[in-house]
Amino acid sequence: MSITVRYFASLRERLGLDEEQLETEGLQTVADLRRRIAGLRELPERTLVAVNQEYADPDHPLKDGDEVAFFPPVTGG
Amino acid sequence: MPAYVREQAFDPWREVSEFQARELPAGRFGACASFVGTMREFNEGDDVRAMTLEHYPGMTDKYLEKLIDEAKARWPVLECLVVHRVGPMGPGDPIVLTAVWSAHRAAAFEACRYLMEELKHRAPFWKKETLAAGDERWVEQNTPG
Repeated sequence: MSITVRYFASLRERLGLDEEQLETEGLQTVADLRRRIAGLRELPERTLVAVNQEYADPDHPLKDGDEVAFFPPVTGG
Repeated sequence: MPAYVREQAFDPWREVSEFQARELPAGRFGACASFVGTMREFNEGDDVRAMTLEHYPGMTDKYLEKLIDEAKARWPVLECLVVHRVGPMGPGDPIVLTAVWSAHRAAAFEACRYLMEELKHRAPFWKKETLAAGDERWVEQNTPG
């Protein structure tokens, strides 16, 4: 199973990375993915997650081809 | 659905008048409330020279449309318009416009406030400031209101 992970704003700059493909065999949920990424990179606690461009809870299931975005609290308007 | 993300400077008052002329038949509405957010030359005690707004293309548009759907479900409004600037900008530039048309004023005022507050808390935009000395910083949180 492969998913696209995207990073935005201060998180993208901090990681020096805007996008990566991850093989996610054995990962069931957003929380699993977050743990996997936190093992590779520094993810601040307040990081928000969207799956296929919708906000997602930690127990949101993952499937092949998903786009998962990690980003800091939003500051628009 | 009338939600737009713009990479170029926009004139919010022209957006309101053109949208109204195009989408709202005269005599059908009795109220229009609008809010315009504009870039300040100061923030958190520092002079700010410029700002860049990043967003999440795709999710942003979807999210603004979702907020409009929510406002229409909650109040008897006829139309909503949201315009949000992205990219580099300077002090005085309009950043965001929310406008709501309804038969009576209460729905227009309340839905306009709702769109603006929800946009600030949920829509995927991020501000990065350039200070007077040239150093840059990400805005960490919204002002309380």
